[in-house]
Amino acid sequence: MRKGLISVCLTTLALSATAPVFAEPTQADIDRGKELAYSRKDGNCLACHKMDDGKLTGNIGPELADMKARFPDRELLFKRIWDETQFNPMTVMPPFGRHMILSKQEINRIIDYLYTL
Amino acid sequence: MLKAKVILVALGAALAVPQALAGATPEEDRKETVEYFKQMFPDVPFEEFVNGQYALNEDRRKQWESMQDFPPYEFAVAEGQEMFETPFANGKTYASCFENGGIGIRQNYPYFDTEKNEVITLELAINRCREANGEEPLKWKKGAIASISAYMASTSQGKPINIKVPDDPDALAAYQDGKEFYYSRRGQLNFSCASCHVQNPGKWIRADFLSPALGQPANFPVHRSKWGELGTLHRRFAGCNNNVRAEPLPAQSEEYRNLEYFLTYMSNGLPVVGPATRP
Repeated sequence: MRKGLISVCLTTLALSATAPVFAEPTQADIDRGKELAYSRKDGNCLACHKMDDGKLTGNIGPELADMKARFPDRELLFKRIWDETQFNPMTVMPPFGRHMILSKQEINRIIDYLYTL
Repeated sequence: MLKAKVILVALGAALAVPQALAGATPEEDRKETVEYFKQMFPDVPFEEFVNGQYALNEDRRKQWESMQDFPPYEFAVAEGQEMFETPFANGKTYASCFENGGIGIRQNYPYFDTEKNEVITLELAINRCREANGEEPLKWKKGAIASISAYMASTSQGKPINIKVPDDPDALAAYQDGKEFYYSRRGQLNFSCASCHVQNPGKWIRADFLSPALGQPANFPVHRSKWGELGTLHRRFAGCNNNVRAEPLPAQSEEYRNLEYFLTYMSNGLPVVGPATRP
């Protein structure tokens, strides 16, 4: 499992190193983003956000829908997932990047997925 | 991973006390807390806050009420009573260590001992009583200590919580320390106790329903379905710390005792309802 995860990460790393930063994501990128968003030990977005086909979602944060329209600036969305406390000091959203919950690549895959919602 | 957790505990001390709980004295804090939750849940009567999520969610309440005919902690309470009444090897009993023989006193715990300069919780007093009588201390979080504590709480059913912060700088410091703990973000997930139980009670975090800070300690020790048994308040504190990926502190550590002191003071005037059940 861990080995599989590492190889997935390495693949992601290799891909993002060669491709332009915001290249059109592949279906594999989007699938990986959804996996990370739903996984309890990674993004665990469903803990607080209603989204997509997620079951038993929490309602602390807003529903994640129309993401491209609501967050047209991809870099800004990245920064808010990296550390939302910089934008709203009272937020309870974990600073996913700053606290090393997700890597840059992982956040980028999640954004690839979020932009399909 | 574990290492990252420890580092983050050290870093995660950013304190954010919402305006709602920034009183100058414990009593001001308490009044503001009551007022804050009253505004948040105007339809919930004050005394109902001891029932946590069952005061706020009708479905959860119905499930809970259906459990009340045969509460899952009954056996543990009977066992606790037996242990409480069984003499130690020296012939004395727990009753000899407590005011009023230990009956109907739960509402006064924890208290600040101005001679020892520390917060004394009920569980700490139980184990110190054992040691004073030549017995081995019990494990802190579950089992016999939870059963004895549950029996003692059951003799205080309905009595209003009556925690005092004496006019003593050390007592006030212990209270403040507990308050700071409650509002300090910690762990990799960067949550304070207040993130969930002051800012977001009544909301769902995945399939868990968040209870309000007010009334929380009134129902301990608690039988959680998740545990399948009774556990003490400090067991729950450690569980919450784990949930936010912070290193849990030892049960009955000074930090957790101070936290219990602050948290229970906030519930002054609410009735003791422990032991109780939670999901």
